[in-house]
Amino acid sequence: MGELVVEVESLVVRYGRGRAAVTAVDGLSLTVVRATVTAILGPNGAGKTTTIETCEGYRRPQGGRVRVLGLDPVADRRALLPRLGVMLQEGGAWSGVRATEMLHHVARLHANPLDVDMLVQRLDLGSCGRTPYRRLSGGQKQRLSLAMAIVGRPELAFLDEPTAGLDPLARRATWELIEDLRRDGVSVVLTTHYMEEAERLADQVHVIDGGRVIASGSPAELTSRGAANSLRFRGPAGLDVRSLVAALPEGSRVREPAPGSYLVLGTIDPHLLATVTAWCASNGVLPDDLAVERHNLEDVFLELTGRKLQP
Amino acid sequence: MTTGTFAPRPGAAPLPRMVLAQGLMEARLLLRNGEQLVLALVVPILLLVAGALAPGLSLGAQPRIDVLAPGVIALAVMSTAFTSLAIATAFERRYGVLKRLGASPLPRTGLLAGKVLAVLLVQALQLLLIVPVAWLLGWRPAVDATGIAAAVLMIVAGTSAFGALGLLMAGTLRAEATLAAANLVYLLLVAGGATLVPVEAYPAPIQPVVALLPSGALAEGLRHALGVEAGLAWGGIGIALGILAAWAVLAAVATARTFRWE
Repeated sequence: MGELVVEVESLVVRYGRGRAAVTAVDGLSLTVVRATVTAILGPNGAGKTTTIETCEGYRRPQGGRVRVLGLDPVADRRALLPRLGVMLQEGGAWSGVRATEMLHHVARLHANPLDVDMLVQRLDLGSCGRTPYRRLSGGQKQRLSLAMAIVGRPELAFLDEPTAGLDPLARRATWELIEDLRRDGVSVVLTTHYMEEAERLADQVHVIDGGRVIASGSPAELTSRGAANSLRFRGPAGLDVRSLVAALPEGSRVREPAPGSYLVLGTIDPHLLATVTAWCASNGVLPDDLAVERHNLEDVFLELTGRKLQP
Repeated sequence: MTTGTFAPRPGAAPLPRMVLAQGLMEARLLLRNGEQLVLALVVPILLLVAGALAPGLSLGAQPRIDVLAPGVIALAVMSTAFTSLAIATAFERRYGVLKRLGASPLPRTGLLAGKVLAVLLVQALQLLLIVPVAWLLGWRPAVDATGIAAAVLMIVAGTSAFGALGLLMAGTLRAEATLAAANLVYLLLVAGGATLVPVEAYPAPIQPVVALLPSGALAEGLRHALGVEAGLAWGGIGIALGILAAWAVLAAVATARTFRWE
C-alpha cells in the first residue's frame, strides 16, 4: 500500500446548531493512496460534498480527525491550498469573465501552471474561450471548472461531480484526462453518483450513504465479494426452501421473487454451489437456468441500502 | 517523481504577482460592466457639467465649480469604493467566486489587497476624466504639492471607510439586497449627505449630523484640501480624516466579525 494522501477518521460534520442541527457526515472514515483515483460514490445527500469540502478546509468538523497531505485542512490551510486542486460542484467564476480569461487568471495564482492552451484544447474549450461565463452551457462550465482545478499542477485534486451534466463525448474526454492525471502521479478524489464512472476510473471506491462509508474496496472487490453476488435458478413454484437455508452457511438467504424463480444470496463459492445442487438432488428438483450473477456497483448499493443509487 | 504533462509541481505564485493579477482582473471586470461604468464615469461627469452650467444654482459664496469639483471627486470615490465594490463582492459571494478563490493560493489578505488595487485603478481613471473636465469648466484650485498630498490622503481615507462599509454590506446581505441597498445609500448620501452641497449650506441643527457622515467628511475634507484660497485648512482636513478613520475602523471590525464567504 502506498503513501496515504488523505486520512479521514470518524469524521462528524453537522450544519446548524441545537435542535435544528442536521448531521451531514456521521462517523465517516476513509483513506486515499497517492497517485490513485478514489471515487466517493453515493446518492444525493449522502455526505459526499460535505466530506470533500471538509478535506479542502472549508468546514471545521465537529468530530473526528482529517489529514490531507499530512496537514490539518483548517489549521494548515494556507500551506495546504497551493498543493490542492479544487473543483466545486457549481459556480466559482465571475458571471462576466470569459472562459479562457478565467483559466489564465487561476493559472497566474500558481507558481508553475500548466500550459493553458493545452488544457483548453484537451477539454475542448476553444470554441467558447471568449464566451462570458454566464453564457456557457452546463457542460462547458463543468469542463472549465475541471481545468481550473488542475491548472496549478496539484498533487491532489478534489473533483466534486466532474462529469455531472456532460454529454457522453465530453464525459469520455474527462475520464481520459483523469486517467492521464493518475498516470503522471496526481492523486484524484472524485465524487459521483454514476457507478459506471466509479467502475471505469477508480482504483478504490468508497460507497457512502447517510454520512457513513458502507463499503470500500476496488470495483472488482466490491462487485465480486460474496455479499454482492447471487445464485439464481428456476424450478417448480412453491418449494419449501427452509431446509435449504438450514444447509447453507449462516447469513445466506433464499428468496422466491417470482413463482418458480429462486435467488440465493450469500457468499457464493464452489462449496455453496455444491450445497444448492445437493439440496436440489435430494428434493428431486432439476434446477433450470442455474447461474451465478456478478453484480455491478449499482447492485451493490441496492443490496447494501435497499435503495437505488440514482433516483 | 514522474515527468508527464500533469506531473505535480504545485506552488503559489509570489504574493505581489497574485495581488496584481487579482487587482487587474477585478478592475477589468468592473469596467466591462455597463451599469458600473455609468456609475463610475458617466454620472460624475454629468453632475459636474450640469451643476456647473445650470442657471440659477447656488452652492454658497464661492464660485460654483470650486465647490462642485471636490464634491464630484468625493462622489466618484464613493461610487467605486462603496457601491461598485459592494455589488461586485456580493455577486462574487453569490456565484461562488469567493469560495473558489478561497481554495486558490491567494490568501484572504491578498484578495483584499487585490480589491483595493482594483478600486484605486478605477478611481485613477475617474480622476483622469473628472479633473480635466472640471478644468475646462473653469476650476482653478490654488493647490501645491501639500494640497495634492492632502487630497490623496482624503481619497485614501475615504476609500478605506467606504470600502469597509461596502464589504460589510456585501458580506451580510444577499446579492440582490446589496445591489438595491448599495445604490440607495449612495443616492441618499449624494442627495443629503453633504457630498455636493457643503455642510454649511444645511440647516444649522443638522449640520453636526451631516458633517459626521462619511460622505460629508470626505467631501468637506476634499473641499478644504482643494480650496481656492492659498494655504491649507489643516484643522478641517484633520477633523475629516479623523471621522473617516473612525468609520473605517468601525466598519472593518464589523466586517471582520460578520462577513460570510458563502
